Amino acid sequence: MTAFRYRVTINRKRGLSDPEGATTRKALQDLGFISVESVSFGRILDLEVDSSDAETAQAEVEAMCAKLLANPVMEDFTIEAVS
Amino acid sequence: MTAKDQAPPHIQLGMTDEEYEHVIEILGREPMAAELAMYSVMWSEHCSYKSSRAHLGAFSADQPWVVVGPGENAGVVDLGDGWLAALRIESHNHPSYVEPYQGAATGVGGILRDVFTMGARPIAVWDPLRFGPLDEPRNRYLLEGVVSGIAGYGNAVGVPTLGGEIEFADRFSQNPLVNVMALGILQRDQLVLSAASEVGSLAILLGNATGRDGIGGASILASASFEEGDEEKRPNVQVGDPFEEKKLIEACLELYDRGLVEAIQDLGAAGISCATSETAGNGGRGMEVDLDRVHLREPDMTAGEILMSESQERMLAIVRPEDEAEVLALAKRWEIEASTIGTVTEGPQLVVHHRDELVADVPAASLADDAPVYHRPFERPGDLDEIWAREPEVPPDVDAAATLRLLLDDPAIGDRSWIWTQYDHMLFLNTVVGPGHDGSLLRIKETDKGLAVSTDGDALRTYLDARRGAARIVFESALNVAVTGARPYALVDNLNFGNPEVPEVMWQFVEAVEGMAWACGELDVPVVGGNVSFYNQTDGVDIYPAPVVGMLGFCEPMPERPPRLDRAEPGMSIYVLGPETVGDFAASAYDRIVNGELRGRPADVDGDAARHVVAAAATLAHTTPVLHDISSGGLAVALAEIAIASRCGLTVDTMPGPELFDETPLRFVAVTHDDELDTNEPHRRIGTMGGDVLDFGDAGRIDLAEATELFRNALPRRLH
Amino acid sequence: MTVAVVVFPGTNCEHDIVHALDLAGAESELVWHTDTDLSGAMGVVLPGGFAHGDYLRTGAIARFSPIMAEVERLAIEGTPTLGICNGFQILCEAGLLPGALVANRDLAFICKPVHLRVESTESILTRSATVGQVLEIPLNSYEGNYVAADLDAIEADGDVILRYCDATGRSDETSNPNGSMNAIAGITNRGRNVAGLMPHPERASESILGSEDGMVLIESFVASLTVPAT
Repeated sequence: MTAFRYRVTINRKRGLSDPEGATTRKALQDLGFISVESVSFGRILDLEVDSSDAETAQAEVEAMCAKLLANPVMEDFTIEAVS
Repeated sequence: MTAKDQAPPHIQLGMTDEEYEHVIEILGREPMAAELAMYSVMWSEHCSYKSSRAHLGAFSADQPWVVVGPGENAGVVDLGDGWLAALRIESHNHPSYVEPYQGAATGVGGILRDVFTMGARPIAVWDPLRFGPLDEPRNRYLLEGVVSGIAGYGNAVGVPTLGGEIEFADRFSQNPLVNVMALGILQRDQLVLSAASEVGSLAILLGNATGRDGIGGASILASASFEEGDEEKRPNVQVGDPFEEKKLIEACLELYDRGLVEAIQDLGAAGISCATSETAGNGGRGMEVDLDRVHLREPDMTAGEILMSESQERMLAIVRPEDEAEVLALAKRWEIEASTIGTVTEGPQLVVHHRDELVADVPAASLADDAPVYHRPFERPGDLDEIWAREPEVPPDVDAAATLRLLLDDPAIGDRSWIWTQYDHMLFLNTVVGPGHDGSLLRIKETDKGLAVSTDGDALRTYLDARRGAARIVFESALNVAVTGARPYALVDNLNFGNPEVPEVMWQFVEAVEGMAWACGELDVPVVGGNVSFYNQTDGVDIYPAPVVGMLGFCEPMPERPPRLDRAEPGMSIYVLGPETVGDFAASAYDRIVNGELRGRPADVDGDAARHVVAAAATLAHTTPVLHDISSGGLAVALAEIAIASRCGLTVDTMPGPELFDETPLRFVAVTHDDELDTNEPHRRIGTMGGDVLDFGDAGRIDLAEATELFRNALPRRLH
Repeated sequence: MTVAVVVFPGTNCEHDIVHALDLAGAESELVWHTDTDLSGAMGVVLPGGFAHGDYLRTGAIARFSPIMAEVERLAIEGTPTLGICNGFQILCEAGLLPGALVANRDLAFICKPVHLRVESTESILTRSATVGQVLEIPLNSYEGNYVAADLDAIEADGDVILRYCDATGRSDETSNPNGSMNAIAGITNRGRNVAGLMPHPERASESILGSEDGMVLIESFVASLTVPAT
C-alpha cells in the first residue's frame, strides 16, 4: 500500500448566488482594489489516502467528494494529486 | 431524452393543453416564449390556487378588527391606538427537501418580505416542522439542515425566531414540511398595499441582482409531485442572503416612513412577472417594462429567465416620478442596488421589452385573474370506516411511570430546546414568554398591548378524521394563546396536502377546510390569510394531511406576570379545568408510542364549551402562575412538563390510569398558591406541588431527576 | 449626543442597546458606519448583529468601515468604548482589544441565558458591580469562543472582567457554553476604557424579560461617561 495525497477544492456552482463572495468583492473595491472582478468562496481539503495504486485512490477521493465532502446540489469540486 | 423533453413547450412547463388553449384565447394568438413562461408560472398551483380556490370561500375574514384580509401579501388586524399587526404563513417544503439549509433559509426570507411589504416591521418568526422518523440518517440530516438554515438566516437578518412546533411520522420521510410564519407591527399610516393606480408612476426594482436562481421554482418544485432522483433538480436551488435582506428591510421601512412609495410588492415565486403584473393588475392598470434595465448577476440571461428568476431579496416599489431621485439615493445609502425598470400605464397591457424587442404583451390582470379554477373530484377514503372501527386500547391498570418513561423520551414530546436555543428568540426586547411554552407572548413597547402566537398542526389526528382533526388544531391554538392571557384574534393557515388529483386527498382537503372554518366561526376568529401546499407526494405516497395554523392572540392589558411553566413552587395546588375526559385516544401519544398504532376516531368538540374554556383561560392567566394546555401525552405529560420546568416534584390523587393519558381536547392545568382558583369555571383540585418525585398514587411514581433526564435528552440523543 | 451607537449594515441590536441606555438615563444616537465624525460623543457602543453579514470573517470588513478610524481615535484618547457580541468581535479585529472570537465549540448557534462572574471592577463595564458577583445574561452567538495567543499576559494584567460560570459562581467545562479559553466572556484593554463581552446585557435589562442583571453593566458604562475609569 502507498500513501497518495490529494488537494480537494470545493466551490459554489457557477451561476448560483454567492453572497459572501459578492460582499467581499465590494469590501475590496471600497478599500481601493478596484481591479477585483469577482470573489468566490470555497474550501480546501488535503487528504491522504492509503491505496494499492493511484487510480484506485483517485476514484476513492472522487466518491468521497460526491458522497460527503461537497454538496452536489450547490457545489463543484476539483481533485488535484499532490506529490 | 425522456418523453417529457420532446413534448411541446407548454407541457414541459407544466401546463395542460386546455390551459394553453385558454392563453391563446386571451391573447388572440400563440404566446411568445416569455409570455408562455409567465403564464405557466402564474397559473401553476403554487401561484394560482387553482385546485383549492373553489373551497377557500368557507373561511371568513369578516370581523370589524380586520384591516386587510386574504389576497394581499399578509393579513392585517387593528390593535387600537393606531397600531396594526400583519401576519402571514408560507411553506417551503420541496425546496427544503432538495437543499435543507437554503430551502429553510429562503423560506424565512420570503415570509419576512411578505410582512414588510405591508409596511410592517417584522418582529418574530415561527417554524412549524414535520420530518420522518429520526432513526433514518437522511431525516436527521434534513432536520439539522433545516434548523441551521432557519437559524443562519433568521439570526443574521435580525428577526427573532420564537420556535414553532414539530411532528415526526413515516410519511414525511420523503417529503418534510417546512412552514414558516411571520408577525409584524406597524402604525396605521404606514400601511402599504400592492395596487399601482397612478399612471406614470415608476417601477423600481430594489435589492439583489437577478440571476438564474430557481427558474421555474414555483411550477416545478411547489406544484408537482416528487419522484426518485429529483434531488437532481439543481438549477432551482435559491441561495439566501440575510445580509441583503436586512438592508432591504431597513431601506423599505425608511421609504414608507418618508411616504415615498405608492405601492410595493415583493418578488417571490414567478419573480418580475408576478410583481409587475400584480401591482399593475391590482390597480386596474398596465405597465411597460424594460428588462435591459434590470441589474443582472449573469449578463447572458434570456427574457424568460429574467422574468421567471426567483433570485431572493428583491422588491418592486411603485414610485411617483418626482420621488425617483430620492428613492435611488436612499437605496444607495442603505447599500442596495436599485433600477427603474418600468412605468405604470393606462392599461390593461403588461408590455415587456428586452434588447429592443417586444417579448411580452399580455393583459396584466389576466395572469392572476384568469387562472383556471378546478373543481377536482373528491371521495371519502374507502378504508376510513375500518380505521374508525379499530378502537385504541388502554388497560385500566396502566403503569403511569413506565408509560411516562416512553412518552417523555419521544422526540415530539421531549424538550425541543436543542432546536430553539439555535434561534435568536430575544432580539428587540419584546419576548415575554418565549419558546418552550404553549404560546409565545410579545409585548409592544410603550403600550400595554401584548401579542400571543401559537402555531399548531396535528397530521395524524387529521389523517384519522380530517374535519375533526383540523377543527381541533384551531381550538388547541386558541387555548395555547389563551393561557398566555390573550384572546384569539386572527388566524392564518398553511394547508399542506398530497396530490389534489387524488380524490381521497381532495376529500381530506375539503373536510379539513370546512372543519377549520367551522372552528374559527365558533371562536369568532377571522382567517386573514393562508397558503396551500399541494403535491406533497413522493413516489405515489401522499403525506398525512397536515393543515397548520398560526393563531394570533391579543391582550390589553398584558398580564403583569404571565403564566409560565417554570413558576410552580412547593405547596402550590394543582387544578384541572375544561371538559371531562371522554376516552380520547385516537392518534394519542399513548396509542402511537406505547401501542405503535394509528387508529380510531378522534373526539369531537362542542363549540360553545370551547369558547367558554378559552375565555376562562385567558382571564385566569392574569392571576395564575402556571397554566398549561393538556395535549400530546395527556395530563401526565402536562404535569411532568410543569414539574421539570419548575424543578419541583408533585403528588396527585389516584385517578384511573387511562385518565392520565387521555387527550380529550380543551382541558388545561392550573397551578396556584391560592386554595381556590379565581374562576367560575368548573375545576377540580387534583394535587400539590413539592418533593422530588412525580407521584401518581396507585398509578405509579417516577423520580423527577429521571423524568428530567429523559425529557432533556429525547431529541439530542437521537441526533448525535 | 451623549453615546454614539454605531450601526453597520447588518447590525441588529442597535435599538435594544438604545432602549437599555435610556433605562439607565443616558441619551444616545445612532451613527451610520460611513460617517466620520464622532466629536460630540462621550461614549461609543458597537452593538450586536451581523455587520456586513459576518462574511469573510466576523468583524473583518466592519473593521475597515469609515467610522472606525474615529472610533479608534476616541478609544485611544480614553473615551468609554463598549463592544457587545458582534461589536466585541469588531473591537478585537480592529486591535482595540486582545484576542479573537471563533466558532463555538459545538459548532452551533447558542441563544440562552448564561451565568457570568465579575472578575474585576476596573473597567467601564464593571465599575458598579462587585468582584465575584454572578449575573444571569443571555448569550446569542455562533462565533463566541474567545481565543488569545497571549492568554497569560491578559490574565496577569487583569484584563479579564467577566467569566462564564454556573449559578453558584463556579467555572468548569460544563459552565463554559462555547469553549472560550479560560471561560472568558468579557475583557478590557490596558487603559480600562475599552471593554467587550459576548453576552448581551441589554437583553437582561427588565424583569419582564426574565432578568435585570445586565443593568449593572449598562449603568457602569453610563457612569463612566462622566467619571473616568480608574
